[in-house]
Order: sequence, then structure tokens, then C-alpha cells
Amino acid sequence: MSIDYQTMWTDLGLDLTSHDALLNVLGTAYRDIYLAQENRPETMAYFDFVMSEVHGLRIKELLDEKAAGRKIIGSYCVFVPEEMVLAANATLVGLCSGADFAMEEVEKLLPRNTCALIKSSFGFKLGKVCPYLESADMIVGENTCDGKKKAYESLRPLVDNLYVMDLPQVKSANGKALLKSEYLRFMEALQELTGVAVTTESLRSGIKTVNAKRNAIHRLSALRAADPAPISGLDALLANQVFFYDNPARFTDAVNKICDELEQRVASKSGVCPVGTPRILVSGCPQAVPNWKLPMIVENSGAIIVGEESCVGERGTRNCVDESGSTVDQLIDAIVERYFQVDCAIFTPNTDRLAHIEEMVKAYRADGVIHYGLQFCQPYLMEAIPVEKALEEKGIPCLRLETDYSMEDAGQLTTRVEAFVEQLR
Amino acid sequence: MTHYGGIDIGSRTIELVVVDEAGQVCASLQCDTGYDPLAATRSLIDAAPFDRIMATGYGRTLFEISFESRTVTEIKAHARGARALFGDAATIIDIGGQDSKAIALLENGRVKKFEMNDRCAAGTGKFLEIMARTLGFTIDDFGREALQAQNALTISSMCTVFAESEVTSLIAKGEDPRNIALGLHHSVIRRAAAMINRVSSAGDVVFTGGVARNPCMTELLAKQLGRRVLVPDEPQRIGALGAALLLMEEH
Repeated sequence: MSIDYQTMWTDLGLDLTSHDALLNVLGTAYRDIYLAQENRPETMAYFDFVMSEVHGLRIKELLDEKAAGRKIIGSYCVFVPEEMVLAANATLVGLCSGADFAMEEVEKLLPRNTCALIKSSFGFKLGKVCPYLESADMIVGENTCDGKKKAYESLRPLVDNLYVMDLPQVKSANGKALLKSEYLRFMEALQELTGVAVTTESLRSGIKTVNAKRNAIHRLSALRAADPAPISGLDALLANQVFFYDNPARFTDAVNKICDELEQRVASKSGVCPVGTPRILVSGCPQAVPNWKLPMIVENSGAIIVGEESCVGERGTRNCVDESGSTVDQLIDAIVERYFQVDCAIFTPNTDRLAHIEEMVKAYRADGVIHYGLQFCQPYLMEAIPVEKALEEKGIPCLRLETDYSMEDAGQLTTRVEAFVEQLR
Repeated sequence: MTHYGGIDIGSRTIELVVVDEAGQVCASLQCDTGYDPLAATRSLIDAAPFDRIMATGYGRTLFEISFESRTVTEIKAHARGARALFGDAATIIDIGGQDSKAIALLENGRVKKFEMNDRCAAGTGKFLEIMARTLGFTIDDFGREALQAQNALTISSMCTVFAESEVTSLIAKGEDPRNIALGLHHSVIRRAAAMINRVSSAGDVVFTGGVARNPCMTELLAKQLGRRVLVPDEPQRIGALGAALLLMEEH
């Protein structure tokens, strides 16, 4: 990264020493995990560039947008509707939560047995190393799991612009009404922040932009059904991760270019691994940048990941919003309709999720499922047991893993994953 | 005649088994892993000739790099080794030095499902070894002494460090070390039995790994499960045997 960014980072209030250390670790990990892969699609070069500038050029773009009067909204969850953010002339970015940072400071505020994702979001704030968080004009928290909803109470004193969205926990008419009223309240807050009134045109345009982004990811997902797989799980996960950071139109374009290249690969029956390589669907907790631990272990163990049933993956991108509404209210209803289908484990019961896992196993021709649970993530760990049982009853092998961001269990995980891959061969 | 070696590089010991083309064992050697597993491995390899070798155990990758061998996980290796000795084995519990695994097999011998213990040494050979030392028993006598106990004391902690202080305070209370020893065995068995029950609910259980040499463990496990527990003559070499047989079958 260029030295020019030092002033920008200082102005954002980042701790330069810690931030340099973070970028060093990130750079090394990216080189060892991503650039070391063989036979990558050439069009992934765009994502290599994005990652090399993830705290540089992209932040500069956001700051330029701010200077031009646009607002930046930071989010930790796929329930925050990007359509509305765009319609209010603001930009939505995902906030960093994929690596351990400043853990000693974090554990002064949160119990040790809090999941790695929540701890990480605090670590990036307390360690002053997330330029997205520091650029944000509004940080949106959401009442998903108990861990997150209580953690936002402790986050509030640390930031001056936290907005907390309530979310339903049951897929009932009342639940849907709550989601709609919360989305309306959020839209009010956005309009107040930006001074821009949301119109039918601006909302439809926001919907179209986000739908295009989702459609590009759907196209990518469908191509992964081919055997041999035309793209690694690591690279496909990266595209799903960058979904939260990049300029939406440019991202859509980049993913579609990858798909063009992958279509040629599929037509010529070439891929990143031999035909017959064991194919794995990963299901469970989100894997935020730079949490590449599981796919790295899986793809170094002779298997290939063909889908992510995850917030950073198909749970986050499934379904588009109906664009046909002719009033703001109709479009909001369409947005509610789409988001209310997200099969997050905070819902009870959450039977759609199991159906989606089974659909994805079929669609991507997976030989087995690895259930990825972050340690202390009660909702997904609770679901893991019935999911495993249901899959095994249908003859789909399932490996239930529980881990965090540290590498201390990498040896154990590798043995489990290798044995699972042996089981699938 | 081609000879196939299987080497199991565990946290405590290294086993080498060599089989011929018919799968008959021609050599079986063991040494401590120590601080330099590669040197220990070399001394074993020099003592038993073979043509090809397959590595398993936690040190398999180290061996793979140094000796350009093939590797297989302990889970598949133990499954194959147990099947060689007990033709219809369907459930295996392997308790080694630093981890334990319960494995369920399909009728054709392939792995159907497995469970492994968590990150720490709770419920493993290392736990028993440290507890034996705290109580002043040798590891070889530990099980026999525990079987002499009048009654089992309850040890609630599975963490090696906390269990050690629990044991120390029981000693300070004047409790019979053999009663403490039996309590410790019970705590490991409860954990192992729960793991077995998660992968398989009925039928004989083959007990492999070094801990299977402890007579108290095998007796308690059979009682706790209400199932027959079968122990090979040299349970600690099953992984190496399995690796050798898998290699033989590939050729």
C-alpha cells in the first residue's frame, strides 16, 4: 500500500502501529492462502487488487464520497437493507469482524465466552484499526442473537453514532409487521442523516442496484455446480466477502467478468481441481474477512467447497426484491418480503434453513456438509445438532465443527476435515 | 516380495508395523516420540526394512515432508487396523496420548461417522499419565491399583490442571489413592462412553490406542456402555497396522 494513506489513516484516528501490524498479517495471510492457490481464474486479479487496497483506495473513495456530501453507513448484518441506504444517497459498508484484535481490551468489556465475531467487532474499535468503522456516519447494530444485542449496549459508549434496529424472532404476521415498522424507522433515520427524501425512483434504483449485485453472485454460485469446480471455495468466498465492501456497480461488473471466464472453463471442462474431487457445502456461521481458516484447511485437505450456506454466502444473497412496485410503500413491502425470508438462526423455528441446505446440496452436487459453528454462537450451535441428524437420515454425511479465529486448533481441525474427506472419497 | 510399512507418529509414542503382500505382520516396533520425532522415526525405520510406507498420527505431515510418504488420518487407519483383527468391528474407540476418537463403520468397513475430543487433553492418555504421577503410581500400575479401590470418589473436573488440584486436596484429606484413582478412571470413561454413544448405539466396541492397555479402563468402559469391549493384544499399534494395510491394498 502506498505511503500516501498514512495521513488519511491518522486523520481517521487509527492507531498506525497496530494498523500496520494488522495490514502485515493480512498481507501475509492473503499471499499464503490466496496467491498460493493454483489455476485461479485470471479475473480474480480484480479481487486481489481490492484486497490490497481494502484499507487504502476503498477508504479514500468513501472519504471522497463524504467530501461530496454522501453519508457512509456501517453494518454488521445482512438484515440492514442496502436498497434504502442507496435510495437515501448513502453508501453501505460491512464493518470488520473477521480477526482477533486487542483481545485483552475486548475481554474487559465482554465475557470470554462471547463469539469471535462479536469480540472481533469490539477489537477493531478498541484497537483503532478499522477505517470503515471510523469513516461511518452511522453504525447500524441489530437485535439478532443475544450476544450481539447485549454487546451493542456496551458498544454504545464507544461510538457516537450507533443506531440499533430491532428484528423479529418469529416468522409470523406480527414478525413481518415489526420488520416493516423497523425498516420504516430506519428509513426515517437515514433521511434525517442525509437530508435526502427517499422517492419511488430512488428506491427502485437502489433495489435494481442491489438485485444486480445479487444476480451476479447467483450466476457465480450456479457455475460452481460444475465438476470439475471452475473456482475454489476460497475465491468464491472472497467474492461473497467483498460483496459487503465494494462499490456495488463495480462489484457486479467484476463478478460478471469472473462468471464469463468460468463459463468458458465449464464449457471446456477445466477447473481448479480434478473431476471427482470431494465436494463440500459449508453451512452455518458467517465467515467475515479475513476469516479464511476453514476453507483453507478444507481445500488443503483434497476437497473443494462448492457453496456457502451462510450470511456471507447464499443466506445473505438469496432472493431478489420485486422491482415492480409503483409507490415507496409498495417497494418497502417488497423489501420486507425479501428480507423476511432470510433464514437466520435467530428465528424460531427456522425450518426453512434445513430445506435450503438440502436444496444447496443437490444444486451444487455436494458430497457432504461441514457445519461451521463459531464457538459460543448459541443459535447456530443449537441448530447444528438437528441439522446433522436430518442430513444423516437422508444419507448426506455431515461434519459438525466448532471453532474460533485462533489457529490453536488448526491441527485438530485438519485431522477432522481430512478424515471427513476420506469418508467422502 | 514387497513390504509395506505403516508408521503412527503419536504425541507419546511412535509405532512402526511392516506387513507383507498377504497382510501378515513381519515387524512391529515402538519408541517414544520425545523431543525429536524425526530422529526417533529414523531409528525405527532403519531397524525394519520395507519398500513403501504410509504415515498416520499427528506427526504424519512432518513425516510426509521429510520422507515423501503418503499419509492417512488416524481415524481411517484405526478403522482399517481394527477391522483386520476383528472382522465385523463396527464401533471403535481410540484413546491415545493427546486425543480420543469414537468411530462408527459401515458394513463394508468404511468410516460412517466419527467424533473427536475437544482441544484439551481431558479424557486422554496424557490426563491419566499426569494423574498417575500425582498419585505416585506408575502408568503401568495405575489401572490395576484403581481396580483395588473400595469405592470411587467423584472427580468433577475434566481439566487436567483443575483435576490435579482436586486430586491434591483429596490426598490432603487422607483419601485412599486407589479410590481417587478409580474416580479418575470413571471420569475419563464417562466422557469416552458419551462420545461412543453419539456415533453408535449398540454392538461390540473395539478399544484401541495405548490407553486400552489399562485394565481398569476396559472393565469400566464395558460396564458403562453395557456392551462388549474388545481389546487387541497390542492396541497401541492398530493405527500403524491400519496404515500399512491401506498401503498394501492400494498396490
